[in-house]
Amino acid sequence: MMRKPFAITLDPGSSLANHTGTWRTERPVYVDRLPPCNSACPAGENIQGWLSHAESGDYEAAWRVLTADNPLPAVMGRVCYHPCETACNRAALDAAVDINAVERFLGDEAIRRGWAFARPAHSSGKRILVVGAGPSGLSAAYHLARAGHAVVIHDAGPFAGGMMRFGIPKYRLPRDVLEAEVRRIVDLGVEIRLDSKVTNILHTMRDDGFDAAFLAVGAHIGRRAYIPAGSSARILDAVSVLRSMEGSDKPMLGRRVVVYGGGNTALDVARTAKRLGAEEAIIVYRRTREKMPAHDFELEEALQEGVMVKWLSTIKQAGESSLTVEKMALDETGFPQPTGEFETLEADSLVLALGQDVDLGLLDGVPGLEIDRGVVKVAANMMTGHAGIFAGGDMVPSERTVTVAVGHGKKAARHIDAWLRGATYAPPPKNEPASADRLNTWYYSDAPKTVRPLLDVIRRQSTFDEVQGGLDESNALFEARRCLSCGNCFECDNCYGVCPDNAVIKLGPGRRFEFNYDYCKGCGLCAAECPCGAIKMVPEAI
Amino acid sequence: MPFQPIKYYQTGTHTVGNRLLAPETRSVQADMQRTNSLNSGHRACQGCGEALGARYAIDAAMRASSNQLVAANATGCLEVFSTPYPETSWQIPWIHSLFGNAAAVATGIAAALRAKGRGAVRVIAQGGDGGTTDIGFGCLSGMFERNDDVLYICYDNEAYMNTGVQRSSATPPAARTATTMAVGEQPGNSFGQGKNVPAIAMAHGIPYVATATIAELRDLEYKVTRAMQFHGARYLHILVSCPLGWGHASDASIRIARLAKETGLFPVFEAEHGEVTGVSHIRKQLPVEEYLRPQRRFAHLFNPKLQPDVIAAIQRIADRNIGKFGLLGAPS
Repeated sequence: MMRKPFAITLDPGSSLANHTGTWRTERPVYVDRLPPCNSACPAGENIQGWLSHAESGDYEAAWRVLTADNPLPAVMGRVCYHPCETACNRAALDAAVDINAVERFLGDEAIRRGWAFARPAHSSGKRILVVGAGPSGLSAAYHLARAGHAVVIHDAGPFAGGMMRFGIPKYRLPRDVLEAEVRRIVDLGVEIRLDSKVTNILHTMRDDGFDAAFLAVGAHIGRRAYIPAGSSARILDAVSVLRSMEGSDKPMLGRRVVVYGGGNTALDVARTAKRLGAEEAIIVYRRTREKMPAHDFELEEALQEGVMVKWLSTIKQAGESSLTVEKMALDETGFPQPTGEFETLEADSLVLALGQDVDLGLLDGVPGLEIDRGVVKVAANMMTGHAGIFAGGDMVPSERTVTVAVGHGKKAARHIDAWLRGATYAPPPKNEPASADRLNTWYYSDAPKTVRPLLDVIRRQSTFDEVQGGLDESNALFEARRCLSCGNCFECDNCYGVCPDNAVIKLGPGRRFEFNYDYCKGCGLCAAECPCGAIKMVPEAI
Repeated sequence: MPFQPIKYYQTGTHTVGNRLLAPETRSVQADMQRTNSLNSGHRACQGCGEALGARYAIDAAMRASSNQLVAANATGCLEVFSTPYPETSWQIPWIHSLFGNAAAVATGIAAALRAKGRGAVRVIAQGGDGGTTDIGFGCLSGMFERNDDVLYICYDNEAYMNTGVQRSSATPPAARTATTMAVGEQPGNSFGQGKNVPAIAMAHGIPYVATATIAELRDLEYKVTRAMQFHGARYLHILVSCPLGWGHASDASIRIARLAKETGLFPVFEAEHGEVTGVSHIRKQLPVEEYLRPQRRFAHLFNPKLQPDVIAAIQRIADRNIGKFGLLGAPS
């Protein structure tokens, strides 16, 4: 017992004896929310998760998180229409994070450094047939192989890649990139049999002893429209033109090429024609630019390259060197109506880009299958009406993009894997959305989006060199760091700093924080000052 | 910005920490081993700006002095909520004497340490605006004039909060307090001459004077560290919001302090030997209304009837600050 000064009777004590947590009416809790990019990704990528590794410069870890969902990042970083960026909360601040550019950087880095997928630890002993080596088939094969199944892909074409190879021009997707990513899937143990068209799915499954099948046949048949034509009129379809670009005989399109249609394929053909030496490449579309299904940035690039567009026009008749075009006018419902005004358009060839269909011949005679409007009906687990046969990509009802196809492949693989074990795959519950109103954007630096370089127009008009360039390391790092980490703690230490009661415990790098409810008074400062909205105030049970 | 802004690492200068920064460039408050000079269990209100400001400042001073620090405290909220006998929240040598004599007590401690040859131990005096700008003002001016080796920190919450929100000489015009009720011809505190203690401190020509807010941790820590590089009298004036007295939500304390700076009402600057050497620029300028509206002490400016002339007069104060200090420089 120490000697006390005058009038002092008690030993000094610490205020830690005073548990101010009893004052609380609301308590802060750490939450993880679903960021809008992840939510919007058709391939189900954990975008924020891989960006977080990229932010710290660990590109291999980033690539591994990315490829846990999507085996084709270098392809995706070129051809994806990035709905993630449309959803990105940063758009309200300055501009969306260029997720697509970072993805491409990671994909290219993986090819450059030769990163490979980890082989599965065990083998399931099951054999699975995949029909079609396009994005959906490759994705399913990859995920099934990683789950330990033996996978054989049959493809009717001479090269793997499906529509990525025969539908997307080289200037958007260089073939060496595609081949490198396909090879990595083959190296994982997936067998690809090319020039091997499956004509009867049940026979192939039985003959080769497959336990399940995933059908992912692309839409390779160009849709025709009836156009009265003279015998010498040269009319081709867009998919055939694009496919023949992969062979040794380039398509003969002539000096003046007219493309009929308003989708991305129409633009692809027109831009290809320009590169093949056409003086004029004219797109004829029956509606207006606002109504065009093609992406506006692709139209913009096409216009830069000298492609011309005749809006509000339909083709009435095709002759040897000219077309008759009728002008249209939009009615009050926005639908084009003929005006009776005609004009003549000089043209050496007419390419129809009016949509594509899937060859479903391999399904003839399969019991239980239901086909509606040229596509196969599937249940929520991607299984067709015939047990053990699953389908995805272009041949099921959905948007036809590479990213959607990759997502189908992943989803189907999970369900096939569960089905083979006699189980049902239940996706984990989704977190609450990380909406923009939960962010405290004061804390983020002003950082404008990095602009990706575009090839100069002269070279775009004469060569098939890639149009859009990639980011270098410093740019990619900067771009990754523009991520706001919406809804998930990124260890900025704000809660740890702003608590007036030291009631936030910092657990160290990668381990985040926890609350000390003995002292937390529930003021809510941590939640208010959390940049990314990863703290929620919940009422105490009183 | 008087200190080197943090380059772009997802977040920049504004967050407390950053996992991507090298450890030596991180803030004191991001450190897992920070002193927590003012520890848990204190009895400050929920969301108290003063408790936060005091920990920010004293932790930074502890690091700057290699933990060789003594503090003298004036009477006020900070003293009352941290040391109800026999408990203390302070994890540093700390003394409280009277309301008005913190500067004089600190002067005495500094003199004693010098006499004992323990000049490495640094001395801080601290108090609220009441103990600084009113009651302790004579002792403070004396400390400045003698250039005693003390860093005086004023946590300014613009009224006597501890005793029930009475007006002080730091209470802003039009603010409602218990002694300047929102009644009569000119509701709230009158538009007086004001009493700008940082300017008065500068007029003493002391080595270092600075202002800061709890909304800019990096700036605050820099100023404490800078102040500790000088010997002689130094003065740091920190705006600390008060949920109770200002009438704002407890989770708004930092936002309100940020608004005080972003509107120009509270100029953040530093001065050496009487000359301004750096200002913290406004990042996103806002009208004063943004600052006034969330605070119940200004509610009578909006309800039952909008008082545009009073708001305009307050805006003129902000505009004068912006012009005088050049607050609209390059954003940081």
